Amino acid sequence: MKLFGWIVSPVVAGLAGGLMLPAAAMAEGMPQLDFTTPLTVSQVVWGAIIFVVLYLLLSRSALPLVASVLEERAARIAKDLNEANAAKASADAGMADADQAIAKARAEAQAAINAALNEAKQAAAVQAEAVNARLEAQLQDSEAQIARARASAMSALRQVATETAATVVTRLTGVAPDPSRLDAAVGSALAARGIG
Amino acid sequence: MAAEGSSSIDALGQFQLHPALGRIGGSVNFTQSNLMMVVAGLLVLALLWAGMKPRAMVPGRLQAAAELGYETIMSMCTETIGPEGRKFFPLVFTLFFFILFGNLLGVFPYFFTFTSHIMVTLALTLLVFILVTGVALKEHGLHFFSYFLPKGIPVALAPLLVVIEVISYFSRIISLSVRLFANMMAGHVMLEVFGAFIIMLGGLGWLGYLPAALAFGLDTILIGFEILVASLQAYVFAILTCIYLHDAVHLH
Repeated sequence: MKLFGWIVSPVVAGLAGGLMLPAAAMAEGMPQLDFTTPLTVSQVVWGAIIFVVLYLLLSRSALPLVASVLEERAARIAKDLNEANAAKASADAGMADADQAIAKARAEAQAAINAALNEAKQAAAVQAEAVNARLEAQLQDSEAQIARARASAMSALRQVATETAATVVTRLTGVAPDPSRLDAAVGSALAARGIG
Repeated sequence: MAAEGSSSIDALGQFQLHPALGRIGGSVNFTQSNLMMVVAGLLVLALLWAGMKPRAMVPGRLQAAAELGYETIMSMCTETIGPEGRKFFPLVFTLFFFILFGNLLGVFPYFFTFTSHIMVTLALTLLVFILVTGVALKEHGLHFFSYFLPKGIPVALAPLLVVIEVISYFSRIISLSVRLFANMMAGHVMLEVFGAFIIMLGGLGWLGYLPAALAFGLDTILIGFEILVASLQAYVFAILTCIYLHDAVHLH
């Protein structure tokens, strides 16, 4: 401590001198520069010991304690953020699933509607066809009836014409005509008029 | 803090060192200054140990204060020195809180301000100075000495500038130690002087009551001012340490 005082006191004296402190104030006034008492230097030695102990306690124990708590908190916040992000992602996936399901349901409903519509159209078409067929059949029946009636009428006409012609010829000539020639003549006459 | 005699003001008596802790302290020259250092150190440790004990996710008041102190000094180190600043963080933290608590304790009546002693601040400064120079030499080797020769100056000016740079480098010891010591000493001398005024004026009878009250009000304001200076000087010491360390790590 003596040695330390020997080294330091000139430095301090030089400093004080450099600051142009009055030498008198230095000598009698400022207790800070009173090197007649060993306490001025001893406080520095004790101060150095206290400072080193404080530094060691802080750097080894107290500051790592703070650091560990801060790290713990940072880790916890990061973990919570990750969890929140994961939850958001799963919620998004759920939303997407729901959207998909809705779209699918809509498509299915549309398909069902279309199918029902088609079925109804088909049924209507079949029914219409059946009705048409029936009407057609009735039409053909009616036409056949007409044709038959007409044919019978035509055949009756030929008979009437032949008999009339035979009677007329017999009256005029007194001779009954040859039936086969008469029939041919009637046939050609009828054909000439478009009947037969 | 009271003046010894009523006729003269003994503003410097408060800086006198005495042995503390009775005969045991006296036998090893343990002073009241050292006692305050121990108290300051214990307060710092108590703040961190007690404050961080709950290890709460959402900190309470004391824990928030401890974390604020930690993070303020940590950002001061990393922002001023750079990423290498983390290495020096414990030292800057110790320096800042040792000085801050020393300064603040000194504001209490009957408490001793160990930072008002040039020997103490000089020792702290020499620690910083030796560390800074050591770091610079370790980081840059002999290249460190280029620090004293700024780039791009005329060769003719070099001798002059080198001398100036060397002087400015070494004057850091003075500026850092004297700034803290002088600030603390001046504040306490002022407090003492106005405190003595109160007693002396009060002793004059009714004529002195008003001036005594004025002096009392001034002293009250000075106490608030001292608290500001106490925090500011601790901050200045720490930030200058960081700046010097930055220079040492990066050389300009």
